[in-house]
Amino acid sequence: MSTHSEHTHDPRKEARAHVITLVTLLILTIITVGASYIQFGSPAANVVIALTIATFKATIVGLFFMHLLHDKAVNAIIAVAGYLFLGIFLLFCFIDIGSRGNLQPTNLHPPTAVAASGEAGAAAPAGEKAAEGKKE
Amino acid sequence: MSTTTADLHHDPHGQDPHGHGNGHGHGHDPRHQHHFATMEQQFDTSKIGMWLFLATEVLTFGGLFAGFGLMQNKYPREFVEAHLQLQRLPGAANTVVLLISSFTMVMAVLSARTNQIAKTVRYLWLTVGCAGIFMCIKAYEYHHKFEEGLLPGMFYHHEGDLIAGSHGYSAFFSFYFMMTGLHGLHVLIGMGMLSWLAIRAKRGEFSDKYYTPVDLVGLFWHLVDMIWIYLFPLYYLIS
Amino acid sequence: MEHTLTAGSVTGDRPRPEKNYLNQTTGIWSWMTTVDHKRIGIMYLVAISAAFLIGGVFALLVRLALLNPQHTLFGKEWVTAEAYNRFFTLHGVVMVFLFIIPSVPASLANFVLPMMLGAKDVAFPRINLMSFYLWCAGAVLGITSMVLGAVDTGWTFYTPYSTTTDGTVSLMTMAAFVLGFSSIFTGLNFIATVHKLRAPGMGFFDMPLFVWGIYATALIQILATPVLAITLVLLMIERAFQIGIFDSRIGGDPVLFQHFFWFYSHPAVYIMILPGMAIISELVPTFCRKTMFGYRAIAYSSVSLALVSFIVWGHHMFVAGESDLANVIFSALTFLVAIPSGVKMFNWLSTMYKGNISFETPMCYVLSFLFLFAIGGLTGLFFSTLAVDIHLTDTYFVVAHFHYVMMGGTVIAFLGGLHYWWPKMTGKMYKEIWGQVGCLLVFIGFNMTFGSQFIMGGQGMPRRYFNYLDQFQPIHAFSTYGSWVLGSGLFLTAINLLASLKMGEPAPDNPWGATTMEWQSSSPPITHNFEEQPVLEHEPYDYRPRTVTHV
Repeated sequence: MSTHSEHTHDPRKEARAHVITLVTLLILTIITVGASYIQFGSPAANVVIALTIATFKATIVGLFFMHLLHDKAVNAIIAVAGYLFLGIFLLFCFIDIGSRGNLQPTNLHPPTAVAASGEAGAAAPAGEKAAEGKKE
Repeated sequence: MSTTTADLHHDPHGQDPHGHGNGHGHGHDPRHQHHFATMEQQFDTSKIGMWLFLATEVLTFGGLFAGFGLMQNKYPREFVEAHLQLQRLPGAANTVVLLISSFTMVMAVLSARTNQIAKTVRYLWLTVGCAGIFMCIKAYEYHHKFEEGLLPGMFYHHEGDLIAGSHGYSAFFSFYFMMTGLHGLHVLIGMGMLSWLAIRAKRGEFSDKYYTPVDLVGLFWHLVDMIWIYLFPLYYLIS
Repeated sequence: MEHTLTAGSVTGDRPRPEKNYLNQTTGIWSWMTTVDHKRIGIMYLVAISAAFLIGGVFALLVRLALLNPQHTLFGKEWVTAEAYNRFFTLHGVVMVFLFIIPSVPASLANFVLPMMLGAKDVAFPRINLMSFYLWCAGAVLGITSMVLGAVDTGWTFYTPYSTTTDGTVSLMTMAAFVLGFSSIFTGLNFIATVHKLRAPGMGFFDMPLFVWGIYATALIQILATPVLAITLVLLMIERAFQIGIFDSRIGGDPVLFQHFFWFYSHPAVYIMILPGMAIISELVPTFCRKTMFGYRAIAYSSVSLALVSFIVWGHHMFVAGESDLANVIFSALTFLVAIPSGVKMFNWLSTMYKGNISFETPMCYVLSFLFLFAIGGLTGLFFSTLAVDIHLTDTYFVVAHFHYVMMGGTVIAFLGGLHYWWPKMTGKMYKEIWGQVGCLLVFIGFNMTFGSQFIMGGQGMPRRYFNYLDQFQPIHAFSTYGSWVLGSGLFLTAINLLASLKMGEPAPDNPWGATTMEWQSSSPPITHNFEEQPVLEHEPYDYRPRTVTHV
């Protein structure tokens, strides 16, 4: 087992690397807490910043504490696959939730000036019907 | 173990297309299972198995993250208000404690791999200690929530919410308790496994030739840390 | 590993060892505690067959209840609407969770996959055994829930009905939860085995295509099943504590449940069909005596089918209140599924072209599969077309479509695989003629039962309804008669296989002249599978004359 490339390191050097990793993670924690006190324009911006830092931290944990950097590639592929498929799950769920309101009655443009003409008059109920159908 | 083990532990045939014999572990080690050609192959296989398990863990928690995100989308104002009920200081303290425990864990693996058994034992117990502190702080926080009536689902009875009667508040605390609860359960399981490892390490079961359990539990422990890295900002910080 | 050899005792081309995995040790305890993948595979085979029987009985009951719109038998009304709801729910739950998901991977693949790789066992034998006991625990929970009052939600447990109905929903979801872990452990084992336990010289593209199919299946088991687990936990918590996730009365979103559920359950459809395709990829070259046409294309199509399966789940929710944008995206993505499926289909057909085809029972099942899966697959495209889907949603067309894929695809392939590996697993040959007759009966009965349902569905007969208009009565009756033919075909097949255990001729090591590694072992194999570590010497489907099967 001692033939792994990670094992050939000097243990002291490796321990020092782990200390540096820990300090980095602690600093990033402070940054996360600090960032939460600053308003970055919109609440969404704060979410994005906090999650970006969290992902950065998680990557550091994965690469160094979990040895993915020096380990066999297959383990890293499995780890990335886990996150990737979680990402797919979240992405499509949010596409649906985020666009549910698209066809609400309030979003449909009512027929404008030509409403009096027969053509537009016929279109209006049809549009309403579509909206009705969507609500169910 | 079974029907098959009795006469089958000796296997002189090389079997691993990737592995390269490394001078030890050729069937002499009692922990060497018969269907692996070398100890290294066995170690690598165990590791793949552990990573696959961790991937399932990520997706299990992922389901809860998705639910939380979608509920936050539905009740943004309630979620912002509810999150102020969580105390940042204990949350941040827990983050630090878990990060330190991750460090002690990785040091335990390192010392096991380099044959420093006394150090391994010490680091393992330190990790258990950090996990204990984490659980104490968690218990303190839970206690506070119970006092205030900030409880999941139908048990929610907190007074003085801005949007009275909204389901958003109870939804927030439903997810808070489910996610921190599931995470806490993992911490408890981790503590059990770490203690067991420490006892085994004390008995001298691990060395540079065999430390698979330490390595695998280490991976599990880092994942627990990793999940908290996401939980902390999502629940305590985002306003 | 020294065995006493008795020369010339069987019709094989080499003496059969006295001790094999079946008689190495004896007694029930030696089976209960075994970590031998072959014995676990056999135990799984027995267990899932029992589940198939239970699910099949419920299916026959469903069909019988629909024989006429008055639900009478010999002039007497014999079934209530509640009972009918329970019949189809239990049929669905048992067939999906207890039978078809573990069917090929846990039984057949458990047995042959390590042998195809030239390995002695799966990577984690004890986890393999644990997977089996988890299955048993799930089965016990499921049966308990049936005895205590059954479930009437359908196998999908849709909210809010499932969070509000009486009945033992929590117990049944608990069962599905436990079975999910059983499935995860099986998949985990296979991935690790494929990565680390291949025979010397065997690269990924030297593996038999069956292994590729099971590997792709295992990927889905690992990546999708955890989401089902958490979904079911959320459902149980919702039922117990009213936390308001899925029930809109208390602030939840019922469509969210469907997202969660189908993120698992759509890929789960591929957990079911990929192993079926994997078996067919094995049988076609063997019985056509030809090298696989497009080996790499089939290997890639297995994996890409697994990946595509993760991005199409929304097509189950086109009329459930999903947004239009999501509908359009999911519709477009769903068409992608046809590509890898088509790749496989055409490669199988190309392999058969000018092949030296022999019609032993497994090959009969292959032909049956190709016909039925083509129908099942192509009718699937109807549902990815948004406008058509709205007409067909929740009609018998859906029922017919997925039975053509699940039963016409997976179960037929499973039966083909069972007949193919039966000599290896049991060391006995079954009666060829009865195997073929059984296959024919199953084929006819199946088409009668479900082909007719396409017609009903197109005419608007909704699924899961207890009552129906008189105009559908002839077709419903025809479908019910078909279910009896189908049932008798399966019964005959079971009798034929079981009888071979007692009366069958001893099987030669390689009765079909196949080239993959599992046939290098004796029939039945020794506990360690091979006398000595097999080494890869030729590609998996090398049927050129000079390379005969044994080395």
